[in-house]
Amino acid sequence: MDVERVRPLIPNEAKKRLIQVVGAENYDDTKTGRLVYSYDATPQFQSLPDAVIAPRNTKEVAEIAKICNEYRIPIVPRGSGTNLCAGTCPVEGGIVLLFNHMNRILEIDEENLTATVQPGVVTLDLAKAVEEKGLFYPPDPGSMKISTIGGNISENSGGLRGLKYGVTRDYVLGLEVVLANGDVIRTGGKLAKDVAGYDLTRLFVGSEGTLGIVTEATLKLIPMPETKQTMLALYQDLEAAARSVSKIIANKIIPATLEFLDQPTLEVVEDFARIGLPTDVKAVLLIEQDGPKEVVERDMKKMADICRAEQAVSVQLARSEEEAEALRTARRAALSALARLKPTTILEDATVPRSEIAKMVKAINEIAEKYQLKICTFGHAGDGNLHPTCPTDARNREEMERVERAFEEIFAKAIELGGTITGEHGVGVMKAPYLEWKLGPAGIAAMKAVKQALDPNNIMNPGKVFAKSTRKRVVVTR
Amino acid sequence: MTTKIERALIQKAFQERMDEDELMNCMRCGFCLPSCPTYIESGQQEAQSPRGRIALMKAVVDGLIEPDEEVERALNLCLGCRACESVCPSGVRYGHLLEEARDIIAQHKKMPLPVRLIRKLVFAGLFPHQGRMRKATALLGWYQRSGLRTLARKTGLLRLLPASFRQMERVLPDVPTAKEMKNRPHRLNPDGTVKKRVAFFAGCLMDTMFMETNDATLRLLQLAGCEVIIPPSQGCCGALHGHGGEKEMAKELAKRNISAFEQLDVDCIVTNAGGCGAFLLEYDHLLKDDPEWRDRAEAFAAKIKDISEVLVELGFHQLPLRVAPQTITYQDSCHLRNVMKTAAAPRRLLRAIDGVEFREMNDADRCCGSAGIYNLVEPEMSMQILDHKMEMAKQTKATTIVTANPGCLLQMKLGIERAGLSGSVRAVHIVDLLLEAAEGAQATQGEERIRQTS
Ligand SMILES: Cc1cc2nc3c(=O)[nH]c(=O)nc-3n(C[C@H](O)[C@H](O)[C@H](O)COP(=O)(O)OP(=O)(O)OC[C@H]3O[C@@H](n4cnc5c(N)ncnc54)[C@H](O)[C@@H]3O)c2cc1C
Ligand code: SF4
Ligand code: SF4
Repeated sequence: MDVERVRPLIPNEAKKRLIQVVGAENYDDTKTGRLVYSYDATPQFQSLPDAVIAPRNTKEVAEIAKICNEYRIPIVPRGSGTNLCAGTCPVEGGIVLLFNHMNRILEIDEENLTATVQPGVVTLDLAKAVEEKGLFYPPDPGSMKISTIGGNISENSGGLRGLKYGVTRDYVLGLEVVLANGDVIRTGGKLAKDVAGYDLTRLFVGSEGTLGIVTEATLKLIPMPETKQTMLALYQDLEAAARSVSKIIANKIIPATLEFLDQPTLEVVEDFARIGLPTDVKAVLLIEQDGPKEVVERDMKKMADICRAEQAVSVQLARSEEEAEALRTARRAALSALARLKPTTILEDATVPRSEIAKMVKAINEIAEKYQLKICTFGHAGDGNLHPTCPTDARNREEMERVERAFEEIFAKAIELGGTITGEHGVGVMKAPYLEWKLGPAGIAAMKAVKQALDPNNIMNPGKVFAKSTRKRVVVTR
Repeated sequence: MTTKIERALIQKAFQERMDEDELMNCMRCGFCLPSCPTYIESGQQEAQSPRGRIALMKAVVDGLIEPDEEVERALNLCLGCRACESVCPSGVRYGHLLEEARDIIAQHKKMPLPVRLIRKLVFAGLFPHQGRMRKATALLGWYQRSGLRTLARKTGLLRLLPASFRQMERVLPDVPTAKEMKNRPHRLNPDGTVKKRVAFFAGCLMDTMFMETNDATLRLLQLAGCEVIIPPSQGCCGALHGHGGEKEMAKELAKRNISAFEQLDVDCIVTNAGGCGAFLLEYDHLLKDDPEWRDRAEAFAAKIKDISEVLVELGFHQLPLRVAPQTITYQDSCHLRNVMKTAAAPRRLLRAIDGVEFREMNDADRCCGSAGIYNLVEPEMSMQILDHKMEMAKQTKATTIVTANPGCLLQMKLGIERAGLSGSVRAVHIVDLLLEAAEGAQATQGEERIRQTS
C-alpha cells in the first residue's frame, strides 16, 4: 500500500493561484482532509492527494485545469468514491476534485424528455425527481443511493435494470467537458439525432476521468412504465438457475431485471436485511418485468414456467410494492453485506455472453475449490455480468496470493468464453494489468493515442486504465 | 493543543485498544453517507462522514497520520447518533469504535483547567450521586420559582452566558421541589390483575428534572397491568460518561446498576429514555473484558426494554385513549431507534389514540442535534441540524411533537422557540401524552356515565 509518495508537493505559487480561483475554504491540504480522500470503495488501495479542491462552477474547473496543466499537477475527479477499481485513488498524488458544490438538477425538460444536471447530483435524487413528473431514468447501479451522475457517466455504470434498458451510456445525450488544457467543449445535446463528426459523447462516457472533467450532462428520460411485477425463483442447483437465465433470453423475453444470488450471498443479505429471504436454497433469481399490464403478466407467467421447467423449487410473486422494494434493496446491499464475513472483500466483475452464464458459474466454483477459497457469486445474470466475490483477510498474505491467482484464472476463463474483465466497474488501477488481455496491443495503442491527443501531459487521472506492465496470462488448467 | 508526547501516547493507545477487525470491516462502500447528519450538514465533507471517521481512526492505528486537532475535530463533530450503524450492510459497530476513540483521547489529553473542572463536576461530582442531582435540580427550581428567573431574564444578566446555555435556560421544564423528588415508592401494584412483573429504571435526570414523566411512566405500567419494582440502589446509567470519554466511570456505574437489579425476579427492566436504554442495553459490551462481570452484564442487558414496547406487548393500544383533536408527529430518539431498534411501537401507540391525526415527518429518524451534551459543546452544528429538523416538523403542520428521550424533548422545545412556534406547537414525551390520553378517555367515559344517569 503506497500512501505517501515522493513526488514534490504542489508548488507554492500554484497553490496560491488555485486558492485565488476557488477561495481558501474550498482548498484543503490538511493531513486529515487529504487522508479522507485517499481511498474509495476498492479494497487495498490508498494513496494521499496533495490537496482537495471543491470548485463551484465550470469556469473554476477550467481555471483549475489550466493551472494544473501548467504545473503538471495530476487531477483526480471524484464523485462519491464508490467505484470498485481504485478509480479515484490518487496513486500519483495531485489534487482530488470534488463536485459537492456542483450538485444541482438544472432542468427537467418534459417536452424533449431530457434532464440536464451537474455532475455531483446523486443518482437516486435524480431518479426520484424525474419520477415525480412521471418520467423514468433507468440506470440504477447498486450504489445509486450515494453514487453521483458524474461517477456513473465516467464508469458507464450499469444496474439492476440494465438487461432491458441498457447502461448509463444509453442515456447520455450530451456533455459539457473541461479538457486537460482548460478548454470547455460541448458534445451532443438534446437532439434525438446528430451525426456531426466523431461521437465524443460516447468517448467520454466510461473514460474514468482520464480524458477530461464532466461538468454538465444532458440525459435521456423515458416515460415511466405503467406497471411492474417482481418475482423470486429458488433453486437447489446453481447451474439450473444459470440455465434458466439463458433459457429466458433464448425464449425472447427481455425482463427488466434478472439478478442472480448464490447461497452464501443470500445468507449474509438476509442477515442484514431481515426480510425473510430463503437461506436454505443454493441460488435465487430475482426477476422483474415492467410495462403494460397484459405484457407484464404474460412475460411473468412464461418466465415462471421456464424456471419451474428448469427445476426451480419455488417461484413466488411479490405481493406488494413494499415487498418488491425490500427485495431490490436487499439485492443492492449484497456486496456490502458480504463484507460481514471477513475483514477484506475482493469483488470482481467478470462478464460473459448471456448464453455462457451457466458455464461461467460452474468455472468459478471449480476455481474456488482449486484454490481453497470461499467465493460467493451474485450479479446481473441477465447481462452476463457476474460478481464473484471473495471474503478474505488482507493480513493473510498466503491466502491473498491464492485469491489473486484464482481471480486471474476467472478473468482468463471469462475471456475464453468470449467475455470481458469488467462489465461495469471500470478498469481503474485494479484491472489495468489485465486490459491488454481483452484489447490486444493494437487496441491499447489506439486508446493511448486518444489519451495522448486530449491530455498530452498526462495530468487527467494518471495511473488509471493503462498499466505500466501487463500481467502474463495464466494458463488455465482443468 | 495536543502536545507531541500526548499524540504519541494516544497513537499507542489506539494501536493497543482499537478493534482492528471492526475497523477493517468497513469496506468503504459509502452506504452510510446519506444517513449521516453531519455529512449532509457539512456540505458532504468526507471527514464528517462515518466512512471518513473510520478511515481516520484506522489511519491513526496504521500510523499514517497523527491524532492531531483535525482528527479530534472530526471525531468531536460526530453526534454519536448511530444512524450509520443501522444502514451499514457490513454491520460495522461504529458506536463502539467512536466510544473507544473518544475515551482514549480524553484519557491522554491534558485539557484546560476550566474544562477539567467542569468535567469533573459533571461526571464525578453530580451525575453519579442522586442526592446531589436532587439538590441541583432543587436549586434550579428555587431559581425558577423565587423570581430570580424573571429578574435574570429582565436585567439581561443571562446575556453573560454563551448563547447555547441561554437558550437552554429558556426551555428547561419547571422542576419539582426537593420534597416532591424524595418520596419515590419501591414497589407498585397494578390496577387489576398482575400481567407482568417488571422493574423500572428511574434514571438520574429523568428522576429529578423530568420526575413527572417518570411518575407518568409508572402510572401507565400500572394501568397496563404491571407490578413494578423500583430498586432504590440504582443510579445514573453512565451514558454521558461513556460517550464523553469517561469509560472507567461508566463501568463503575454499570456495576452499580447491575447489582441493583440482578436479584429481582422480573420479566424485564423498563426504561423511558432512549439514551439511557441504549447504554444499558450495551452494558455487555462495556464490561466484555471483565470476566467477573461479563455474564452478569449480559443477563442484565437482555432484560432492557423500552416502555413503548412493553405497553404494546400488553395491548395498551387497545385500551380507550383519547385527547382533544390534534395533529401529531413523532421525532425518533436516535438511540432508541438505532440501538434499541424500537421504532414501530411508539407509532403504533400514537396512532391508537382517538383525536390524534398522526403525520410522519420527513427524515423523522434523523438526529435532532441534541445528542447528549452535543448541543452545548457544538452549538453551531447542533442548531443547523435542529433548524432543518424544524422545517420538516413544520411541513406536517403538527401541533404536538412527540419524543422519547429527555435530551430530544428539550431540543424540540428549543427548536419550537427558535422557529417562533411557541404559542402553537408543543413538545411532549410520549409517556406524558399517553397518560393524558388514558386519563382523557376515563374523563369522557365518566362524563358519559353522568350523562346517562342524569
Ligand atoms: C455496494 C456497491 C454497489 C455497486 N453496484 C454497482 C452496480 O450495480 N453497477 C455499477 O456499474 N457499479 C456499481 N458500483 C460501483 C460504483 O458505485 C459506480 O462505479 C459509480 O458509478 C461510481 O460513482 P461515484 O459517484 O462514487 O464515482 P467515483 O467513484 O467517485 O468515481 C468514479 C470514476 O469517475 C471519475 N469521475 C467522477 N466524477 C467525474 C467527473 N465529473 N468528470 C470526470 N470523471 C469523473 C473518477 O475519476 C473515477 O474514475 C457499486 C459500488 C458499491 C460500493
Ligand atoms: S456503510 Fe458500513 S461498510 Fe459502508 S462505508 Fe459505511 S461504515 Fe463502512
Ligand atoms: S453516529 Fe451519526 S453523526 Fe456520527 S458518523 Fe454516524 S451517522 Fe454520522
